[in-house]
Amino acid sequence: MPKAFSVTVNGARVGVTEDMTALAAILLSGTTTLRRSVSGEPRGALCGMGVCFECRVTINGEGHCRSCQIRCAQEMDIRTDD
Amino acid sequence: MRARAYDVVIIGAGIVGAACAWACANEGLRVAVIEADIIGGGATGAGMGHLVVMDDSEAQFALTRYSRSLWQQLVPELPDDVEYESCGTIWVAADEEEMQAVRQKKEFYEVRGVSAEVLDAKALRAAEPNLREGLVGGLRVAEDAVIYAPCAARFFIERAQSRGAELYLPRVVTEISAEGVRLNDGSVIAAHRVVNAAGTWSPMLTPGIEVKKRKGHLVITERYAEFVKHQLVELGYLKSAHSMTTESVAFNVQPRRTGQILIGSSRQFDVESKKVDASILKRMLERAADFLPGVNRLAAIRSWTGFRAATPDKLPLIGPWVGRENLFLATGHEGLGITTSLGTAKLLADQLLGRASEIPIGPYLPSRVPESVHA
Amino acid sequence: MTNSRRRFDVLVVGAGPAGIAAACCAAEAGVHVGIVDNNSRPGGQIWRGKTRDSHLTEAARWLRKLASSGTEILAPMEVFAQPEAGRLAATSSDGVCELSYKKLILCTGARERFLPFPGWTLPNVMGAGGLQAVVKSGMDIAGKKVVIAGSGPLLLAVAAHLRAHGADIRAIAEQAPWSRLIRFGIALAFRGSKISQAFQLKKQLSRIAFRAGCWVTAAGGNGKVESVALRTEHKTWKEPCDYLACGFHLVPNTELASLLGCELRAGFVRTDNFQESSVSGIYCAGEPTGIGGLELSIAEGQIAGFAAAGQRERAQEYFGERKRQRHFSMALERAFRLRDELRALPSAETIVCRCEDVEFGRLQEQSSWRAAKLQTRCGMGPCQGRICGPAVEFLFGWKAESARPPIFPVAVESLAATACAE
Repeated sequence: MPKAFSVTVNGARVGVTEDMTALAAILLSGTTTLRRSVSGEPRGALCGMGVCFECRVTINGEGHCRSCQIRCAQEMDIRTDD
Repeated sequence: MRARAYDVVIIGAGIVGAACAWACANEGLRVAVIEADIIGGGATGAGMGHLVVMDDSEAQFALTRYSRSLWQQLVPELPDDVEYESCGTIWVAADEEEMQAVRQKKEFYEVRGVSAEVLDAKALRAAEPNLREGLVGGLRVAEDAVIYAPCAARFFIERAQSRGAELYLPRVVTEISAEGVRLNDGSVIAAHRVVNAAGTWSPMLTPGIEVKKRKGHLVITERYAEFVKHQLVELGYLKSAHSMTTESVAFNVQPRRTGQILIGSSRQFDVESKKVDASILKRMLERAADFLPGVNRLAAIRSWTGFRAATPDKLPLIGPWVGRENLFLATGHEGLGITTSLGTAKLLADQLLGRASEIPIGPYLPSRVPESVHA
Repeated sequence: MTNSRRRFDVLVVGAGPAGIAAACCAAEAGVHVGIVDNNSRPGGQIWRGKTRDSHLTEAARWLRKLASSGTEILAPMEVFAQPEAGRLAATSSDGVCELSYKKLILCTGARERFLPFPGWTLPNVMGAGGLQAVVKSGMDIAGKKVVIAGSGPLLLAVAAHLRAHGADIRAIAEQAPWSRLIRFGIALAFRGSKISQAFQLKKQLSRIAFRAGCWVTAAGGNGKVESVALRTEHKTWKEPCDYLACGFHLVPNTELASLLGCELRAGFVRTDNFQESSVSGIYCAGEPTGIGGLELSIAEGQIAGFAAAGQRERAQEYFGERKRQRHFSMALERAFRLRDELRALPSAETIVCRCEDVEFGRLQEQSSWRAAKLQTRCGMGPCQGRICGPAVEFLFGWKAESARPPIFPVAVESLAATACAE
């Protein structure tokens, strides 16, 4: 059984399991906009495999993290642009 | 039918050639620009895009100061993608000896009419909170600026074209002759005068020009708005640029309007390869981290190299080539081509038209080089 | 941040099917093998989420083989530079790891090709493989309306997978015309395992509207996709949806190979009979040598693994399988060629480079990829042209250039750490 715990997305608690990515946690929280593009457009994930960089969010204070490539961890703090 | 000869043909659409094209076209001369690859494809597109007044010598100071004021006059006309930002430069002093140099620098600048402000340690931290503790102070030159050079070069070409200049791109010049220039397809473009503004390629077309390739490395990061607000340079930068030794790195970091941080600088002679050198990169990035510890955690998205066109006395070659009536040079700008492009263009146009320049031209004339060098 | 070092006889980059096969074979030959991948578990894209325990599938078999082969698995870890010959630099959450090797096998796989159209940057517009990957990583798709579009056999596999997870597939729009698909189907008839795969898919996709000669012309919605406009030669219509999964076949991940100096031919890594590239000691297997699917990747991986470990006779045992699978690869190319109408999809305002928000109209003014990069910054963002590069190649015929380090963005301190003396 994969371990279950919670992370926070923009301050709100979300229940996840250890084999979920930060991206899945964000989508589970109901957030669709992950970041704002350089001209201000709302953007979500595109490639799902770590090459497009559209899914960048701030994780534990560090910016520009590809959320589709990062597995959830206990108490992970995830922040999107909006 | 054979076309009428151009008044002037300019070889190279880097920022220097492009500025010269505009200056000449503006004077009513019939201008052609010949570019082998793309506008701004050489050092123009590889470099830092700084507009900075520098005091390595009186002549360098005069030309950079003159040019910077020409840039400032141009600001209202510059399109948005030139990204002119007058963020200023801070020359950073790491110890008391460098602080002494800062005070001397300030005097030098002020006596010559360029405003500069001495910052003590506290003022330096207030101006740039991400600089490390323990730096002694610096010199802020507030009117220095940063631009995005490839778009500036394109803008100059467009302006030249609007005044009738013609762009031949891509075309490769194989020979400069008395008639003009010969291209690699055998055709000839006739011109009364030819200007070699081909940067690091200029010695290939005009043997005897003492221009050597001086390799540099740069790294650009993701967007981190406000990480630095000014262009930051260590005082050792001048030593690095001045010295003719094989290799050196010096701290030089620049904020782009995009919020990306451009990290430099390095200098190497006698390296032909364009490959990024991991050990030079390491030294350069560690030097940057010495001054800006936070830079270590920024995401670097690209690194690249470029070649500056360097002359033995560190001053560009602007003016007629000795022994050739119709050949002029506008090359050899090392790390100051962006800054001095406008000044170069003015000085060159003055000489083509036989009129006096606003600053003394002697130090930049190709004829300043000893006679024995010319074939 | 710490630096660590690993030394291998054979280092495999990429733990998809090709890499797994290569590592297993090299290990079987008795040499010390390491495999590195930027996902946390081996499997690549097609075997993402599979475990050794999923009983009796081919994926599980290979994953068990890998686990018991003695190969050291380094994941998640991302290769970003080659400080000098014989050594790669990679990052993980622990810092920089220097990977030394005698022989290198590149199994870096492929990514989807994206083509721009109005609205394609809306949230919830993803690649076809992209949406599948996100679902495999924990996203809930049950009850959601999904339109799948673009091109390639991947669309069907994605449809089947999403449907199995409860998605409401509203349509599958394949841009290739029926005539070409039928010819492809005939080619399939010669591939034993492929025919059974095709029949399986047909069962799984019953009652889903599959349209050939059909493509998306626009996506619309407020803050996220709410509907897509579809067309065929004869009609256009709108389909409401929650997700658009749209990808146009695959492009090879050749950036590392380019960085290492391997020669490319028509965009793919050129290899000899033993999967060795133009650089001695560097092998390449799987999609970077030619998009050809699972079985070809495995065959090439087996050849590369044995060859790199010095066992050419063993490698030759798989030449026949590779040759058979290559026919499929060529049939794929022909069947799913992109139609010209797709070049006319973007409007002047449609963003082509998503990292730097460069619009199609601005790119139309440029004469080459290099000019476009310098003048507009297209391709100069963190994705380093991986998304916009294939798009502009299709739209304008521009070829992207060789790679420079880092081939993925890394912390400045990681980039600086790569020149440690031995």
